Amino acid sequence: MCVRTGRFRLYAAVAGGNFRRFATYRMATLAGVFTNTVFGVILAYTYKALWDERPGLGGYDQAQALTYVWLGQALLMAVAAMGGGFEADLMERVRTGDIATDLHRPVDLQAWWLASDLGRAAFHLLGRGVVPMTFGALAFQLALPTSPLTWLATLLAVLLGVVVSFALRYLVALSAFWLLDGAGVAQISWLAGMFFSGMLLPLNVFPGALGEVARALPWSALLQVPADVFLGKHTGTGLLAIYAFQAAWAAGLLAVGRLLQGVATRRVVVQGG
Amino acid sequence: MGPLARTREGVRAYRLITAMWIRSTLAYRASFALTAFGNFAATGLDFVAILLMFSQVDRLGGYGLGEIAFLYGAASTAFGVADLAFGSMERLGTRVRDGTLDTLLVRPVPVLAQVAADRFALRRLGRITQGLLVLAYGFWSVDIAWTPLKAAVVPLMLISGAGIFAAVFVLGAAFQFVAQDASEVQNSVTYGGNTLLQYPPTVFADELVRGVTFVVPIAFVNWLPGLYVLDRAYPLGLPRWAAFAPPLVALACLALAGLAWRAGLRSYRSTGS
Repeated sequence: MCVRTGRFRLYAAVAGGNFRRFATYRMATLAGVFTNTVFGVILAYTYKALWDERPGLGGYDQAQALTYVWLGQALLMAVAAMGGGFEADLMERVRTGDIATDLHRPVDLQAWWLASDLGRAAFHLLGRGVVPMTFGALAFQLALPTSPLTWLATLLAVLLGVVVSFALRYLVALSAFWLLDGAGVAQISWLAGMFFSGMLLPLNVFPGALGEVARALPWSALLQVPADVFLGKHTGTGLLAIYAFQAAWAAGLLAVGRLLQGVATRRVVVQGG
Repeated sequence: MGPLARTREGVRAYRLITAMWIRSTLAYRASFALTAFGNFAATGLDFVAILLMFSQVDRLGGYGLGEIAFLYGAASTAFGVADLAFGSMERLGTRVRDGTLDTLLVRPVPVLAQVAADRFALRRLGRITQGLLVLAYGFWSVDIAWTPLKAAVVPLMLISGAGIFAAVFVLGAAFQFVAQDASEVQNSVTYGGNTLLQYPPTVFADELVRGVTFVVPIAFVNWLPGLYVLDRAYPLGLPRWAAFAPPLVALACLALAGLAWRAGLRSYRSTGS
């Protein structure tokens, strides 16, 4: 038990440390907020034109569609839909061989990076999320939930989304063990994340089978699911089912990550002679 | 040294440095082909989003897919050319922060040419290719009533558009002398502006259109000349001859950007580390 709380404290410290690391870049955060807001405005107008043409498209009214836009801008960095975050650091450590030192530490590699990524996500949710969302709510007519429970439910969906995103990016980072230069894999994963998370367009709007496939893939846990929770599309058992969907992808992908990590670290030993 | 001789020297230096980077890029041809394709695919995502929108509607802001493709292709091509030539400048803030700009200052070559040509990324041809393909699709699918004047406007539009975006890149870099880690602000004008221009002006609110016409005049990149070719009404009741203003606007922007760059460079204080 003592060991367990010690572990927890360690990971909390890792998360807190990374939160503070990102918090030091104040100018960059300010600039990022500005960018998210500019893109939010541009996207909001294009969605407005789209929903003017087809009211009720994808089951959203116009206010809900605009809410979706601003939620996307608020979550973009937190769920790292465009990549970014720990994976570049981890790949660099694999490339330089520093990873060998990490493997000797008495902590779990995956849990360590997960903790650090949660710290990053928490900072980005606050630092990059709140201002664009507030601006969007002031400048456009949004459909914000009135019940505080919906806000809390959304927060949980975002947390699960961050874990799914982490699990995906962990696989990307591990590819560096085999490829040494993981830039290509990172780019493909970035493209997939952008497209299948619903950042470009809600997955409900994707036509036919493409939409069904997109909604079943793990990336939908990053934005589409939290947005639908926020817009009140999932309630009661439906809410539990959608959490289960996110959790299943998170658990499955984390497990694959562990498996791959085991194979990869045995390779390191071989490489090290 | 007169300004003309200095410009000539700058162009010569730019050519030499880019030639070096192109040689180094082409040393790994497979890698170049992959990253160029990645650039092509990544920049194509937003057109895929437009295609998905048009799977649900026939018009957006009163414009058909072909017309939007024409506007999109023109903006993307112009932006792609500017990005190829000056895209590296967004890293100026990093150079100011870590002090590596100092090495460029001591060389007897114009700093602007060095910064612009540094790590010249030939893979950005991917974006230009993508823009040209969409533009070609626009030409093919819209029934344009060609006149000699319209035919003349098209190349003028692409060249001036690239000039206007180039000025924005240089202005953004000049701004980074002051705000060292605010490169995202530059991105919001460059990438954000490009995204904005990919849609017709009827999608956006008048104040926004006014802003990008008279304050940051990117409306001259493709909207005004493009709407002339498409025989569409101008936004804000602008006169028809505005379609021929882009070269003048581009020259004015470039002159302004040059002045801002010189002011920025003069204000530069090394990190001292």
